[in-house]
Amino acid sequence: MKLRTFAAAAAIAALAITATGCSGGSSGGSSDAGGKTLTYWASNQGTSLDNDKEVLTPELKKFEEQTGIKVNLEVIGWNDLQTRIQTAVTSGQAPDVLNIGNTWAASLQSTGAFLPFDDAAFSAIGGKDKFVKTAMDTGGIPGEDPTSVPLYGLAYGLYYNKAMFKDAGVTPPTTWEEMVAAAKKLTTGDVHGFALAAGSYTENSHFAFINAAQNGAEFFDADGKPTFTSDGIVDGISRYLDLMQTDKVVDPANAQYDNATNAINDFANGKAAMVLSQNNANSSIASQGMAEDAFGVVAFPAPAGGTDVATMVAGINMSIFKNTKNKDAALEFVKFMTSEETQATLDKPFAALPVLSGVTPSFTDNAELAKTFSDIYENKSRPLPLVPAEDQFESTVGKAMNQMFATVASGGSVSKADIKAALTTAQQAVEAAG
Amino acid sequence: MSAPTALKKSGPAAGASKRKAGTPRRAGWWLPYALLAPAVIFELVVHVIPMVTGIWMSFLKLTKMFIANWGNAPFVGLKNYQVALDFDSAVGIGLLKSFGITVAFTILVVGLSWGLGMAAAVALQKAFRGRAIFRTLFLIPYALPMYAGVIAWKFMLQKDNGAVNHFLFDNLGLPGDKPFWLIGDNAFISVVIVAIWRLWPFAFLMLMAGLQSIPTDIYEAASVDGAKPLRQWWNMTLPMLRPVNMSLVLVMFLWTFNDFNTPFVLFGGSQPPAGDLISFHIYNASFLTWNFGSGAAMSVLLLLFLLVVSGIYVLFMNRRKDNA
Repeated sequence: MKLRTFAAAAAIAALAITATGCSGGSSGGSSDAGGKTLTYWASNQGTSLDNDKEVLTPELKKFEEQTGIKVNLEVIGWNDLQTRIQTAVTSGQAPDVLNIGNTWAASLQSTGAFLPFDDAAFSAIGGKDKFVKTAMDTGGIPGEDPTSVPLYGLAYGLYYNKAMFKDAGVTPPTTWEEMVAAAKKLTTGDVHGFALAAGSYTENSHFAFINAAQNGAEFFDADGKPTFTSDGIVDGISRYLDLMQTDKVVDPANAQYDNATNAINDFANGKAAMVLSQNNANSSIASQGMAEDAFGVVAFPAPAGGTDVATMVAGINMSIFKNTKNKDAALEFVKFMTSEETQATLDKPFAALPVLSGVTPSFTDNAELAKTFSDIYENKSRPLPLVPAEDQFESTVGKAMNQMFATVASGGSVSKADIKAALTTAQQAVEAAG
Repeated sequence: MSAPTALKKSGPAAGASKRKAGTPRRAGWWLPYALLAPAVIFELVVHVIPMVTGIWMSFLKLTKMFIANWGNAPFVGLKNYQVALDFDSAVGIGLLKSFGITVAFTILVVGLSWGLGMAAAVALQKAFRGRAIFRTLFLIPYALPMYAGVIAWKFMLQKDNGAVNHFLFDNLGLPGDKPFWLIGDNAFISVVIVAIWRLWPFAFLMLMAGLQSIPTDIYEAASVDGAKPLRQWWNMTLPMLRPVNMSLVLVMFLWTFNDFNTPFVLFGGSQPPAGDLISFHIYNASFLTWNFGSGAAMSVLLLLFLLVVSGIYVLFMNRRKDNA
């Protein structure tokens, strides 16, 4: 009898330990108040998650030597980053410092989970004026203290294969019409004029925005209410979709490309003559063995008579979670990451445009390429809507476009009325959440 | 052995009556409670608390403005339900379509899985050389980690370099272009096939176990009476498997209707409309627009639907059993 009681008690104790073990596992990752340790979530900027780790680790070591603050790094892929941030906001189990896509800045700010950079915070990281204004404007909702500061600058460019253009006797396009004509000429057999990440909702939403902006159309009105169904937007999306549908310069198989890298690889491997990509494509192109002098870049052209918008202000910003127990250390770390010295080291491997005033681009040794991208970034860019519902625009409109490309690829057709219907659905979903 | 009697005497009822009489508690009275406690705690933590939280969330306007601090989310009563059930709005139509697709998906998957499982179980009922090999082979999909299995399907169903198109078009030489399997309308066929592949070994396993309990001599007797195999199956096997089938079909129905993992792994971030199963639809409704109150309301509606269907099913089956 006694032995049995003892055995039962032991079994219960074992179960209890297992049970607490389960709950103990998830509480890791947040900061340790006593020791100076920060948790940092980095986004995937290099050619792979491991590549990011290799690039960042020496810098984090340097930071530890300078300040005594240890940084635990986790690199998170783009497919997971938004969900991970949502979960962190919801649960409060968050890192101290993290990278965000700058287009999410206003949306994330509205959750109230991030530390606003007020005057004191700005002076702790070296002042607001050290940043390029174009980049700083993406920090959050206009008129409020931003909750993020720029880290890496990015812009879309139209990459073209110099040899293919020369063989076909075409010159880099300056209007949409020239671009389509060149793409048609370059589409022969298995080679296509264009590669698109047509199954990536983020890429699709970016080009919905850029094409609409070329038509002078906006996705949100002054009050932040969605206006997805205007003619300029429908026409812009239709124009982009027609690259696959009527111009037939895009391989229908691209409808399954859910990652920009897929399209870039086709370009680097000679399966496509042109690709639209942000300037960080350089590292991916090089990793596929395409030499840097084999391709050129021009601004993504607008149709003749359209507004000259070639990119949104793309890039990566840095935020601090409000509930961090190491606010000073976190600010110190942001200061370090946005210092001229660190930026100079990181811009090259991550192929990023400088976000600091008065710094010349160092992401490429090719002066012409650097100049082209700087010009696009500074003169032909528009920020995505700086409204709380911006991320919902990306997910709803982007995913609707995934389906349009899927329909076209599998032999169907998408009319302007279909586009408008899909946008109406997207708009209602955003309104329902507003 | 003294264990059963000791436990019986110190059971809850016995303990309660003794306490009323004022006699001291018997040594070890706590043991049954202590043994039950882990299960009860787990049940609360894993099932009851999340379910109650979900129901509570469905009455809140839990959008991203409030997600960092749930306490501040305003109470909106039934508004989330009104939006989900307003079939004139995009949200309602989307939910209704997804529901329809899920019903078709469930009928196909449960029906075909059961049919395949039954056929295989009956085929392997009699002992023959190599039976163990077939049994093992058939159970492999069930034994494989689910993600690994579905990801393998995802690769096989790629358009240009997937094994399915390669086999159909390059090896068998079907005419025409290779179709997409994971986008467009074919996505429905793909998700049904993958779900059946995952589910049928379970039906097979349960039915095989059920068949073991049917004595073989009744088949001999039936053969002597001249009953053909089909007749034997219909008049003997099926009725004797009734208890197994009752719970098997219910469990398969619930699992399939709620299936999240198969479409999630197969389609990744953006599911095609043809493969828009309801669990995944609700996930998207919650996460795409950070509208967790609305997602919770849809989940509660799903829960109610499944409860009603299960309730009717169990009642109906029990009544038939009583009549029989």
